[in-house]
Amino acid sequence: RTVEPLEYYRRFLKENCRPDGRELGEFRTTTVNIGKCLCSITTADGSALVKLGNTTVICGVKAELAAPAADSANKGYIVPNVELPSLCAERFRSGPPGEEAQAASQFIADVIENSQMIVKEDLCVASGKLAWVLYCDIICLDYDGNLLDASVFALLAALKNVQLPSVTINEETGLSEVNLKQKNPLIIRKHPVATSFAVFDDTLLIVDPTAEEEDLATGTVTIVTDEEGRLCSVHKPGGSPLTGAKLQDCITRAITRHKEVKKLIDKVIKSITPK
Amino acid sequence: PGDTSVLAGLYGPAEAKVSKELPDRAALEVLLRPKVGLPGVMERSREQLLRQTCEAVVLGVLHPRTAITLVLQVLSDAGSLLSCCLNAACMALLDAGLPLATLFCGVTCALQPDGTILLDPTARQEQEACAILTFAIASSERKVLMANTKGSCSVEEMQQCLAAAQRAADTIFQFYRDSVRRRYSK
Repeated sequence: RTVEPLEYYRRFLKENCRPDGRELGEFRTTTVNIGKCLCSITTADGSALVKLGNTTVICGVKAELAAPAADSANKGYIVPNVELPSLCAERFRSGPPGEEAQAASQFIADVIENSQMIVKEDLCVASGKLAWVLYCDIICLDYDGNLLDASVFALLAALKNVQLPSVTINEETGLSEVNLKQKNPLIIRKHPVATSFAVFDDTLLIVDPTAEEEDLATGTVTIVTDEEGRLCSVHKPGGSPLTGAKLQDCITRAITRHKEVKKLIDKVIKSITPK
Repeated sequence: PGDTSVLAGLYGPAEAKVSKELPDRAALEVLLRPKVGLPGVMERSREQLLRQTCEAVVLGVLHPRTAITLVLQVLSDAGSLLSCCLNAACMALLDAGLPLATLFCGVTCALQPDGTILLDPTARQEQEACAILTFAIASSERKVLMANTKGSCSVEEMQQCLAAAQRAADTIFQFYRDSVRRRYSK
């Protein structure tokens, strides 16, 4: 396995299964912990911890108030930031964010924008004067492949958990008054779910690659779908060429996965709301 | 195409720094410089897209332990920037004479709110569109090398855009042939 990893994998793939016992189209067990009781971040307004097999990603959302930009006076901001600290895998060094972290941050920003998960107008408190800024920090604690799926999932779960305090503007003083007692949940319009595939030797497609599989793969594809079956994003950064039909297979699998994930999130949210 | 222009410079295969060299293939690096400002996160993600597309195409195993650097400078942006970068990158690879497995070209499709598909949109058309899809199409069998979408669309719409992009790829490859012929017939 260490000397000829590619040959080792090829032998398994010929039998249509993988070394850890999964089928080609099977995902690793997914667990998600949402909220202040189960999750560790008590200072954040919303938080979630997602484990996809060994890959562990934690997301914390903090809401702050700021003045909106001059050209879009009724829009708030969402700022995602993906960090891959050196504790999660030995190939990431400490220092300024590497290319992978920045590309992942850009990808998450695109997904939020494309899927219209949070409409920026909803984040506005007073047009032109005050709007919410949501800083979403996604930190990978253990990297075992499939970072993008886990990050999108963690972001979605954390945002569902966010409670924004109501803000009123005092007419006389012009200052804002934050009412911490009265909290409203964030309005989330769409629920995008990402599904990643690894391509081997231009033909085989496997779902949810581990870090080892990602290294050996000749290409990766990530598809983000929302609940209506619309594609929010197709991200295929280079790698071996795929025919249109193969891409279509990926999309159908992604839509099935979306339903599974949605059921899981709903179950977890229902179990914490009574508190 | 149109008013968007990107200048591509390719350097290599040259000697790589020990920290960057790969033992069995060439190490590819892409640098994208925007027209104004310092490169930001958007440039990094574009660089990653371009780099992995080029890595799939360039036969790196013929030049192990070397570095190939591709520098792209955006001169003007009037829409379809990513596919312009892709085309510039491919022509630079061709011009440098690097061994390639296949040629590729970038095509951008804009999906307008009324359902019509527009190829190579201008900046204003991009803003009005409800989805913009960029594909890198390989010259052998018209397979998809790279796909990037902005905005949401349905699956059928994506397939239609893909088919349209594959047809448009033929025109672009013809343009490649003409340019190369002009260059070398002097």
